[in-house]
Amino acid sequence: MSLLDQPSSSSLAGGGMTRRQAWGLVGLLAAAVIAWLVFAVWPDWLNAILISKKAFVSAILNGITLAGLYFLVASGFTLIFGLMRNVNLAHGSLYLLGAYIGYEVTNRTGYWLLGVAAGFAVLAIVGVVMQVFVFRRLEGDDLRQTLVSIGISIVAADLMLAVWAGGTYQITTPEWLDGALTLPIITAVRSNGASVFLTYPLYRVVVLAAAIVIGVGLWLMLHRTRVGMMIRAGVDDRAMLQASGVNVHAVFAIVFAVGAGLAGFAGVVGGSALSVAPGEDVRYLLASLVVVIVGGMGSISGAAIGALLIGLAEQIGLVYFPTYGIVLTFVIMVVTLAVRPQGIMGKAR
Amino acid sequence: MSLTIATGTTPQQNWLERLGAGHIILAVALVLYPLVASDFFLTQIGGYSLVFGMLGLSLMLLAGYGGMVSLAQITVAGIAAYAIAILGNNNSNILGFGWPWWLAVPFAVLAAALASALIGWISVRTEGIYTIMITLAIATATYYFAQQNYAIFNGHSGYAGIRAPAFWGISWRDPRPFYYLCLGLAVLSYAAVLYGSRSTFGMTLQAIRDNPRRMRALGYHVTAHKVFAWALAGVIAGLAGVLLVWFNGRVSPGTIGVDAAIDVLIIAVIGGLRHPIGPFLGAVVVVLMQTFAIDIVGAERFNTLIGMVFLVIVFVSPDGILGLWGRIKPHLAQESLRPGP
Repeated sequence: MSLLDQPSSSSLAGGGMTRRQAWGLVGLLAAAVIAWLVFAVWPDWLNAILISKKAFVSAILNGITLAGLYFLVASGFTLIFGLMRNVNLAHGSLYLLGAYIGYEVTNRTGYWLLGVAAGFAVLAIVGVVMQVFVFRRLEGDDLRQTLVSIGISIVAADLMLAVWAGGTYQITTPEWLDGALTLPIITAVRSNGASVFLTYPLYRVVVLAAAIVIGVGLWLMLHRTRVGMMIRAGVDDRAMLQASGVNVHAVFAIVFAVGAGLAGFAGVVGGSALSVAPGEDVRYLLASLVVVIVGGMGSISGAAIGALLIGLAEQIGLVYFPTYGIVLTFVIMVVTLAVRPQGIMGKAR
Repeated sequence: MSLTIATGTTPQQNWLERLGAGHIILAVALVLYPLVASDFFLTQIGGYSLVFGMLGLSLMLLAGYGGMVSLAQITVAGIAAYAIAILGNNNSNILGFGWPWWLAVPFAVLAAALASALIGWISVRTEGIYTIMITLAIATATYYFAQQNYAIFNGHSGYAGIRAPAFWGISWRDPRPFYYLCLGLAVLSYAAVLYGSRSTFGMTLQAIRDNPRRMRALGYHVTAHKVFAWALAGVIAGLAGVLLVWFNGRVSPGTIGVDAAIDVLIIAVIGGLRHPIGPFLGAVVVVLMQTFAIDIVGAERFNTLIGMVFLVIVFVSPDGILGLWGRIKPHLAQESLRPGP
């Protein structure tokens, strides 16, 4: 379901099968193949092609958890763009700032959850400040808004370098999140008949769960609340929303707060799983850009699909063709633009 | 960013008049500049400004006349630079076909033009602000690819030991010849863009920028015109890339990084996107700041300064320095009309 979805495919219903049913069938088949790949014990020829089952399944799992992180960053980016036509190229800087703040708070108080909360709250405030004092002044001029966001990202990156220097930080996760989870996935069968099960870091599973919960939460907010209704109406027709007496600037501020806050949240969560260093802002900006180009602007479900594709492509590329991995991401973007310029879930404008 | 064309040229004018006094004074000043400038000012300021001005010019062509703001111009220049390193000689012991410069340069520029046309073809499938996102994504992805890939790009370290050619008894990397080389190519590109903007193609491109639907309805192939503009911009950016690699003697992923991509945009925006002279103005300002800001804010915080200047320019004058001049000029004219005290 897209944020903007209307049952448009029904009009295409032809003879036997609607387009949606055909896609559903393809999706089911793909899911069945993946499920077999993940749960079955692999024959030797498959191991020979795909290195080993452990490498393959790890790549898939890493891809999905990375997709969770990308989704958290990109959902804010896509919401802000969808509603305000504002390409906020400082979004990567918001991620990095959130990570640094999370690091400081966690380090000083010793409570990781407090760090996560601070990452969200501080960045939400930063987002509102940016919207009210900068972007609102340039409303309707999307090129200048984008240029200003580039300027902000340059200054922000330099100031963060001044405060936190060029070192790499790791946010320490609490003990209850450490350790590994044994998944019911058999990677190999030993000669004595014992099965080897796959173990996977608990923290990454929690990240994925958090991303799913937040994704569902966002969807519910957009589709079941009054503010969400206003946001969806604003995405479709801003002028009409304003004309019906809604204070659009309040709605904009809310969306900016949520979007920036999510970037900060993702910063703390991602900084605990990976690391915090200068340059990460560009990495997550690229991820957000590609995710929303592929998924479609302004669509939460599009961001989820895009994040999943890019996360999987990145991790599978890392395992199977290390120095050409980024090309896979690139190919996904180009193919999407060639076939569906507005993105998978995007609406043609 | 609408552009008004000066249409006052009557056939009676001779070529000197058509060139305009401003251009002649500027040309004389630029030709005589080496007489007064030290080697440092000749290359680090003069040559560098001209090269980055050309990069900005290639962006100005796309943004000013085509309405397509690209962040991938440095990527295109980088492709030409890498092509020179791969086709010619380098001392990194990877590839290096050893072609002579007169063969390597056309191929490098051609590669840049093709790459630019490809980027254009990808990004013109969407319109408006999407272009900036797609080109930024392409630029960033290329940067990461160059950094990871050792077979073609030699990874993190890139290529070093690339020599500028020496012919006609001149070593073109020496300060004075290099300056004149940059000046020659920059003037050529500038004149070509200025002439091109008044040609049929240039007019069509500007019309497409202003109203693509109407142009499509009139029977123009909108996509083809845009992609051709990208290819032309690619030629200019490619030439700048060749000059850049000859000047630096090396090329690495850092050359085509996101910082560099944004620098080109900053140069073009600070200078102004309405007229081809804007990017060169912007390049002089930025290069001068880059060189002398160290005395004011220290080398460390240079990016904060340039970012702030950029923000102020975007807020105060959407058309950069040219726009500021356009706003001040009428006031000055008014002043001279008033009777003296």
